[in-house]
Amino acid sequence: MKLKTTLLASAALCVATGAVAQEQASESPVAGEPMADEMTIVSWGGAYQDSQLKAYVEPYLEMNPDVSVTWDESSAEAVAQLRAMSEANNMTWDLVDVTAADAMRLCDEGLAMEVDIDDLAAPAPDGTPASEDFGDEMLVSDCFIPQIAYSYTFGYRNDVAEWDGETPTEICDIFDTETFPGQRSLEKRPHNNLEWALMCDGVPQDEIYETLETDEGVDRALAKLDEIKDQTVWWTSGADTPQLLADGEIVMGSSYNGRLFSLIVEQDQPVSMMWDAQSYDLDGWIIPEGLSDEEENRVRDFLWFATDTQRLADQAKYISYGPARASSAPMVGEHAELGVDMAPHMPTNPDNASNAFVQNYEWWADYRDDLDSRFQAWLAQ
Amino acid sequence: MSSATDPDAFTGATPDNALRDADRAAGPMLAADGTPLKRSLNRALRAQKLRALGLIAPLLLFIIITFIAPIADMLFRSVENDIVSQTLPRTVVALEDWNGEGAPDEETFRALGADLVVAAELKNHTRLGSRLNYETVGMSSLFRQSGRDVDDIGEVYADQFIVLSEAWEEPATWVALMADPDWVAEQSEWAAQEDPIGPEPAFALSEQAQEALPRTARSYAQFAQIIQSEDEDSPTEEEPWNIVYQALYEDLSQGYVTGIYSGELAQLLDNAASAVGGFEQMSVRDFFLEEVDDDWADPEVWGTIKAFSSPYTAGYFLSSVDMQLTPQGIESQPEDQQIYMLLFQRTMFMSLTIMFSCILLGYPIAFLLSNLPLRTSNLLLILVLLPFWTSLLVRTSAWKVLLQQEGVINDILVWIGLIGDGSRLQLINNQTGTIIAMTHILLPFMILPLYSVMKTIPPHYVRAAKSLGATPWTAFWRVYFPQSVPGIGAGSILVFILSIGYYITPEIVGGTTGTFISNRIAYHISSSLNWGLAAALGSILLALVLVLYYLYDRIVGIDNVSLG
Repeated sequence: MKLKTTLLASAALCVATGAVAQEQASESPVAGEPMADEMTIVSWGGAYQDSQLKAYVEPYLEMNPDVSVTWDESSAEAVAQLRAMSEANNMTWDLVDVTAADAMRLCDEGLAMEVDIDDLAAPAPDGTPASEDFGDEMLVSDCFIPQIAYSYTFGYRNDVAEWDGETPTEICDIFDTETFPGQRSLEKRPHNNLEWALMCDGVPQDEIYETLETDEGVDRALAKLDEIKDQTVWWTSGADTPQLLADGEIVMGSSYNGRLFSLIVEQDQPVSMMWDAQSYDLDGWIIPEGLSDEEENRVRDFLWFATDTQRLADQAKYISYGPARASSAPMVGEHAELGVDMAPHMPTNPDNASNAFVQNYEWWADYRDDLDSRFQAWLAQ
Repeated sequence: MSSATDPDAFTGATPDNALRDADRAAGPMLAADGTPLKRSLNRALRAQKLRALGLIAPLLLFIIITFIAPIADMLFRSVENDIVSQTLPRTVVALEDWNGEGAPDEETFRALGADLVVAAELKNHTRLGSRLNYETVGMSSLFRQSGRDVDDIGEVYADQFIVLSEAWEEPATWVALMADPDWVAEQSEWAAQEDPIGPEPAFALSEQAQEALPRTARSYAQFAQIIQSEDEDSPTEEEPWNIVYQALYEDLSQGYVTGIYSGELAQLLDNAASAVGGFEQMSVRDFFLEEVDDDWADPEVWGTIKAFSSPYTAGYFLSSVDMQLTPQGIESQPEDQQIYMLLFQRTMFMSLTIMFSCILLGYPIAFLLSNLPLRTSNLLLILVLLPFWTSLLVRTSAWKVLLQQEGVINDILVWIGLIGDGSRLQLINNQTGTIIAMTHILLPFMILPLYSVMKTIPPHYVRAAKSLGATPWTAFWRVYFPQSVPGIGAGSILVFILSIGYYITPEIVGGTTGTFISNRIAYHISSSLNWGLAAALGSILLALVLVLYYLYDRIVGIDNVSLG
């Protein structure tokens, strides 16, 4: 739960102080060494990739006009593709954006480079070393360079007639089909769903993973999910829930908070957020193993700039994901195009984060294969 | 049973008999130039065959390199399992005598320690952990954790050896003890160069060392090799790892034979050998159980390592038919984890359903197309082909819009009052959705072969049948339909084989009950990284298709298939 407190503290600061003047980037430790002029960056595409482009890729290219960047929107299949490239001995990617769980797997497989975050990322403007500025909770793997904290949370339609003016306010309302009749959507994998189910079956948050280690615990979670199984659409792509909500196909569903933000704020749909028990997840960079020295220097030079305090704060102007550095939070301001104050839409905002929890990556790395086959077998029944 | 119709019963001049007589004749048949006819014929044909082969060679090579070889390589992964024996070579040998009860003895833990230090240096231990985690929960974090701690094994002995004589701290002492004299000469020659060309010569062990201190030699050689390859450093400048001191302690305390070395080295070793008896000891077993992780006391962990220690395994194939390889032998998966047999059956059933719906929908269209005047039929054919030229994703997403509960079809049904607003039909995210969408997508593959076969059926056959008194139905059923069967055969094979491996459409519209085995294969390739299991599932799917093809050939006859 320490992540929560750090995030809360930083977000509180953010509300209090507002934006601070633009911070100048410092020179990276590899400056002056020979560097490659081309860089292939892999990311998720869509609004998220745009936020990266505007917040630090374009500014970096302005500073380094000789450099050209190629984008590859393959982050969703990055793990498999990196393994294939490494087996073929033909690494064509220089920098890959992945989730924390994937970073951990890539690190375990020896496909991502182990890094020392203090060599790679600039200290905070007040001199705090990067390792402290990010904090242990963000640095979940030796290969992971965090960028943002996002969350899995719920959106619901606020125009459902059958609800008689009631709106879901807490996670267990998802399982309450009497007060809130209608179809739901949940992700088609065990992560988060099992945790939410146990929470609503009366298991305290800090005993959830312990409970899930036993067969009875998993049975309990699945039995809870059985209550809504017939009324649930299972999604595999982050775009599904927003589309289903917009079409009125479902009345509530889980998705990434950024996707719901654009549905609600940018597309102005009759949908609201239900932040209770949102589940934090992290996203960041890994450097693939097997780069040449010049390529690696270029990547390091870029990362020194792209992960500094100001740049991470800039990213939050374009997308509602929380910057991974504690020092970036106070600089988060308004949305660059819509002019909305971004703070209330951040998963890390204290109002939103009161009952949030953090996925236990190490635990899931162990139990993923087993629970996934149980979950899929349960779904197929 | 010899009758008058038996070929052998004929004695007159037939082509068969002429050939037979020629064979029986005293000399071989000769060609005009005097060489035996057979040989000359073969020669003439060989040149032709070679030319034909030459013509197809580029394509053949291309197919072998880009298609057959990668598939074979991928399928081979379904049995490949050398990661365990390569990462833990000593442990696998030590485990051969383990009886399967309780944690193994000190010797096995020493082997594990020695293996893990090397694996952790090469960062192989976490890969092994991921591999074994497919079989037993918790292996992933166990190996990740252990890799962090194993550096401490042997530290106690390293300190005590160094207290005994500072020479033990010197890289030079170790090189003198371990290295092959030839290597030492080569190395110093290499190092003497002002600007050394190429890497340092690869380290080589001396025979002496292997004889006198076998374990130390093995550990040191691995140390030297990794120092050279991973760190690009030289064993002449680095103090060995703690685990090498551990090995030295083991060698010296267990039957050390003096007299193999001479001079100062012998003195150093003899001193150490007589001192090790009084060394403070460290049990590697206790270290693992108490300091690293008490999961190492779990026989399940060791049983899994042992069960998967052979370089080839049937484990992946067992998993793909809902069985598992456990330390106790082959067992079936717990019922709540059985999924693959269900998915195979579902894939077969749904592919057949899709195939039959395609026949039902495609036959009348093809019939119509082939019997219309050319200009009209060409126009209609374009309508058939149009969806064929549209992106698969677009077509599938369009079905999503049409079929969902708030979608077009349900809206129309509600509007005309066929169903109530509260009881909208569930047409998507289930089997119905997959069958509808895939039937539509695969329909051209049925219509086109049918059309091209029907085009070749002369219309006067049906006219003749009618003029001989057949009703339209009889004329169709007895005369027309049998001639169109090869088209049905070709279309069915195409549609069935395509649908059995379909992935993206069931993923998007299939929900939980309408997904195929291919969706699981994709999951294991791209998400769980369990490529072995994906390969096993793929092999089974391939074998199934081949078996079905064989059965089809036996029942319908592959000659009865025509694309026109």
